[in-house]
Amino acid sequence: MEEQGSCIERKLLRAKRGPGGPAQSQMQVPSGYGLHHQNYIAASGHYSQGPGKMAASPLDGQCSDYYSGLYTPPAQKVAASSTASHEGAQQVYSGGPPAPPLLGAPPGLVPGASSTASLMHTSASQPYPSFVNYYSSPAVYTANSSAASQGFPATCHYSVSTVSNAVHPSVCYSSPPPGDPYTRVFTSQNALVAGSGREGSFPGQNAALSHPSALGPLPSQQHQQQQQQTLSGFNTLSWSVPGLPPAQDNLLRNHAGSVASASNSPAGPVAVSPAGPGMQNVPPPRPVSTVLPGAPSARGPPAGKYPQESAALGTQPSELTLQKGMQYGDYVNNQASSAPTPLSSTSDDEEEEEDEEAGVDSSSTTSSASPVPNSYDALEGGSYADMHSSSASSPAPDPAPDPDPVPAPTAPQSVRMAKPFGHGYPTLQPGYQNAAAPLTSGVQPSGPVAFQQYPQQYPGVNQLSSSLGGLSLQSSPQPESLRPVNLTQEKDVLPTTPVWAPVPNLNMDLKKLNCSPDSFRCTLTNIPQTQALLNKAKLPLGLLLHPFRDLTQLPVITSNTIVRCRSCRTYINPFVSFIDQRRWKCNLCYRVNDVPEEFMYNPLTRSYGEPHKRPEVQNSTVEFIASSDYMLRPPQPAVYLFVLDVSHNAVEAGYLTVLCQSLLENLDKLPGDSRTRIGFMTFDSTIHFYSLQEGLSQPQMLIVSDIDDVFLPTPDGLLVNLYESKELIKVLLNALPNMFTNTRETHSALGPALQAAFKLMSPTGGRVSVFQTQLPSLGAGLLQSREDPNQRSSTKVVQHLGPATDFYKKLALDCSGQQTAVDLFLLSSQYSDLASLACMSKYSAGCIYYYPSFHCTHNPSQAEKLQKDLKRYLTRKIGFEAVMRIRCTKGLSMHTFHGNFFVRSTDLLSLANINPDAGFAVQLSIEENLTDTSLVCFQTALLYTSSKGERRIRVHTLCLPVVSSLADVYAGVDVQAAVCLLANMAVDRSVSSSLSDARDALVNAVVDSLSAYGSTVSNFQHSGLIAPASLKLFPLYVLALLKQKAFRTGTSTRLDDRVYAMCQIKSQPLVHLMKMIHPNLYRIDRLTDEGAVHVNDRVVPQPPLLKLSAEKLTREGAFLMDCGSVFYIWIGNGCDSHFIEDVLGYPNFASVPQKMTHLPELDTLSSERTRSFLTWLRDSRPLSPVLHLVKDESPAKTEFFQHLVEDRTEAAFSYYEFLVHVQQQICK
Amino acid sequence: MEAVVFIFSLLDCCALIFLSVYFIITLSDLECDYINARSCCSKLNKWVIPEMIGHSVVSVLMLVSLHWFIFLLNLPVATWNIYRFIMVPSGNMGVFDPTEIHNRGQLKSHMKEAMIKLGFHLLCFFMYLYSMILALIND
Repeated sequence: MEEQGSCIERKLLRAKRGPGGPAQSQMQVPSGYGLHHQNYIAASGHYSQGPGKMAASPLDGQCSDYYSGLYTPPAQKVAASSTASHEGAQQVYSGGPPAPPLLGAPPGLVPGASSTASLMHTSASQPYPSFVNYYSSPAVYTANSSAASQGFPATCHYSVSTVSNAVHPSVCYSSPPPGDPYTRVFTSQNALVAGSGREGSFPGQNAALSHPSALGPLPSQQHQQQQQQTLSGFNTLSWSVPGLPPAQDNLLRNHAGSVASASNSPAGPVAVSPAGPGMQNVPPPRPVSTVLPGAPSARGPPAGKYPQESAALGTQPSELTLQKGMQYGDYVNNQASSAPTPLSSTSDDEEEEEDEEAGVDSSSTTSSASPVPNSYDALEGGSYADMHSSSASSPAPDPAPDPDPVPAPTAPQSVRMAKPFGHGYPTLQPGYQNAAAPLTSGVQPSGPVAFQQYPQQYPGVNQLSSSLGGLSLQSSPQPESLRPVNLTQEKDVLPTTPVWAPVPNLNMDLKKLNCSPDSFRCTLTNIPQTQALLNKAKLPLGLLLHPFRDLTQLPVITSNTIVRCRSCRTYINPFVSFIDQRRWKCNLCYRVNDVPEEFMYNPLTRSYGEPHKRPEVQNSTVEFIASSDYMLRPPQPAVYLFVLDVSHNAVEAGYLTVLCQSLLENLDKLPGDSRTRIGFMTFDSTIHFYSLQEGLSQPQMLIVSDIDDVFLPTPDGLLVNLYESKELIKVLLNALPNMFTNTRETHSALGPALQAAFKLMSPTGGRVSVFQTQLPSLGAGLLQSREDPNQRSSTKVVQHLGPATDFYKKLALDCSGQQTAVDLFLLSSQYSDLASLACMSKYSAGCIYYYPSFHCTHNPSQAEKLQKDLKRYLTRKIGFEAVMRIRCTKGLSMHTFHGNFFVRSTDLLSLANINPDAGFAVQLSIEENLTDTSLVCFQTALLYTSSKGERRIRVHTLCLPVVSSLADVYAGVDVQAAVCLLANMAVDRSVSSSLSDARDALVNAVVDSLSAYGSTVSNFQHSGLIAPASLKLFPLYVLALLKQKAFRTGTSTRLDDRVYAMCQIKSQPLVHLMKMIHPNLYRIDRLTDEGAVHVNDRVVPQPPLLKLSAEKLTREGAFLMDCGSVFYIWIGNGCDSHFIEDVLGYPNFASVPQKMTHLPELDTLSSERTRSFLTWLRDSRPLSPVLHLVKDESPAKTEFFQHLVEDRTEAAFSYYEFLVHVQQQICK
Repeated sequence: MEAVVFIFSLLDCCALIFLSVYFIITLSDLECDYINARSCCSKLNKWVIPEMIGHSVVSVLMLVSLHWFIFLLNLPVATWNIYRFIMVPSGNMGVFDPTEIHNRGQLKSHMKEAMIKLGFHLLCFFMYLYSMILALIND
């Protein structure tokens, strides 16, 4: 061993910690907390140097108040900001002087905006006027494109920003320039854009927008120019919107804004800070928030590409409004300046500090017994984005009806659609009542298809619902989802288009406010009124969450007061009801709360007294920038530690090369700010630390051989600042793959290495990535092989699904307590007892990756997969020291959670790290009858520290109707969610009881629910198996689940594979899990452009889905199977030679190699189509799948055929047999 | 002699009653979020073995001293205690596992169990008291 590591100095430390050890001087860990005080103050002072109008002192005071106190903001933040501004990542704008901005903004000013960013941060002393110039100019253009496109004038009075990162996972959330706490940040991408990218009709519609007083061509050109300039300058988009609203009430007018986003830097934040005209640069101390409408689309096009039209639309000058706006502004301004912290609830918040964190359950104690019907009619307006018509519309506040160019579709339709809920309050203020209903946009999962099918016919609700019906199998129109289907007779239950989530049967207003099904789904979209009814339906009730999903757009709200219910601490959301202007009623506990003063001011419309139009109330997914009340300690920096196995086995597999290469490539893209720290440890039978202290000429290797009592050889230098020690890190990464090439050490002391990692990380918390290639064989946590290979295909008992020792669980809990997550990469060719090892990630909120039989040269496809996964892993967004709390309406209770986390108290999940690929599931029960309410709501609040050191809260709220009849319950089943929840429950069951129990439970779930349904429709002759249309896929999915690696019996399955599949079921979000359970099969040798969608100028063919049966395969065809993490292309031996030639690049079938993992880039139409289809599929998921080409006669075809779940296998039923089996069980 | 047996049983029973009350208090603390699952479970797991031993000793003592009825009364509870301890999966951190205690209503069932035991021990307490007095009088 000694001969290695030429460039690395080594020290062997045999001494236990003691005098012999290296000197210890405790490092200042979170360097720089608290340092920055004065900078902030300076900044604020700077803000307050407004044009004299503002009283500087109050503001100042406020700022300092805000930031001082217990937690001073991390110093580095500031430093970061200044650098960030160079990147052009941030923009700050504020309402400029009222008049000119709208039209007069010379295009040239935009570039100025870029410099403003730096001005803001760097120069506190900068005289105000200079800002004005900058700000006023770029400000004005339009807003929310979607709203505009729909022809609603009232929309978007705020600025909107886009950040390109949305599409890409890697992106970390942008943080606003540290210098100005008040700016709003968002990352967003207007969905519309995405839509238009794919569908020709969108742009057209945008253009067609008829605004009452739309700008002439000139201004729009200006906008375009400006935009382009910004783009070129920054590679960002910036546009903002002036109020479109018709004359009278546009306070917004003055609202100027510019937004920028850096599309190229992961950090690309966008800051927007609207300010009242009177307030000039001082963002209103409390209020303000910005909303970004738009549709999230997972597969959205890169942000940079924005249709210009949408931005250009909708600007509208009006001078009258200016004055009004000024008045309002002044008013607000006065308020703001006269009372620095007037908000009663602020103090309240403070004193209740941090219940998220502290874990104090302030559960609902109050409840007003009289359930007043919610007046949802009052709350309309902006729709949650996710929908395809991203509209943040805030109808004009003015009592006079808006001169909508298009007749408001609302009243009649919504009434029609409205179920019993939604009574208006007679006493509402005029402003509340006449809010025009905004766009009708369906609530549907995003995605290209959805876009495609989403015509903008907003006047016609009928059309809409019919399109919904076409889209989703079990969407709300009851007749369809309740239509009895005779499963044994219906041959093709599987639709040819992807199955979408059913839309809750709510009235239109609520529907479009509701949370996106991609983030939040419930197994029953109609909640049964009583537990008895639920029991009767025999269906699982639970939620499936994907809370930290990469969103294409997200309203980010900065305000001093985060408005929450006083008793249950629910965040204000679109489903609360405003009793009058001053009071709102919590929709979870029904307590009546006061509306804080600050909330009365709407920064978007710059109007006062319209709390129902605040972005929090207009969007069911929002993100708050949390104040120090939500911190128990200063936000931690991003800290990454890599713990690498370098035993003989590991070196032989050669993963180090791949890892070091990926790290070198992505070192600059690791999410974090200037405080980011990184460290490395390697281990075999000893533990090696690497000192990378700045100033060393080369990395220093410190070896600790005392694995029984692990200690850190040096107090500092092991976790180093990424930027300060970058050179050393690079040297180390280049050296690592070759350092251990001749090692003969076969033992692996994983346990002690983890203990050391824990010690290293515990002062800060962060992420530990463990790479392990074999069974740990030394020290604490050593494991024995438990797998008996002869039992792999046993149909009886599968043992050892649970952990063998509690060592890893304890370690995980310790880590979780210190905000450290452990991610496990297991690259092993033999049994490594994943069941035990996985515990280290499961309970510390880490993630698990498994690469069976990994070898970097013998198994290139695995190596490629590792490389791609690492790229995603290293660059994706990450949240630190997170907690998630799920709240639900009184009467419902959560009893079981699934996912990777530690349940710290009844409803508080402790997540040391949160990543965008983590999904969660929760089981619910109905404890009290829900007879006195017609709606239930669920809210998840995820509090986390972004990689930029900002505390943020992401809140999702889902609203669902309550029904009292069994038929309605069946009508609302979300079969995919139900199957995923069942899969989670089955995993628990197989670990706690046995695999066969779990399998029986799955079958019983089908039998029970179908027989319960059968008894409700007794008039049907029992000739076949009857299921409601909403459940017609249920048996198929359950059968697929039974044949899934996790639960199958009879087929040879390695224990680790099985356990890994179980881990994935527990931690994958629904979309990815569904592909794992039931892959999609397409025929790809005859792709046509029929029904193709357009993405980024590419035409993506949309072949129909085929059922997973060999009967669909023909020798003449080529088929693609999308299993989530793997693609298989199966080629029949009679496959069309044109396809083989044009797509695969080989002359005939025989010459196609057995192992092919890439499609060549050929310049033929069919090759292009195939590749664009594959790329499109790939882009839709975070981890890039590996492609396997399977020839008809190749031995690998069993891999492919095992996924054909509808076929009979030696050990399992075919689909038809399964149906017959279920039917027999029912008749028994 | 008999009196000594019952005096001992009485003391032991008192201890078990206190232990049950302690279990109930700790679990309800957890229910109310006053303590976190980790510390709750480590507190409780510490007392699982003493409880098991304490109860087994009384049972055996009753068997030895040929009090059949009292022995049979104690037997199910003692068996349950031992069974519960033996059946802990190898990966769990004891009878009370912090990662699972909030799942599948485990907290509630632990609570229910502790309540039942409390009732049972109170019953035993009076039984021992009565028997002790009887024994003392007979002496």
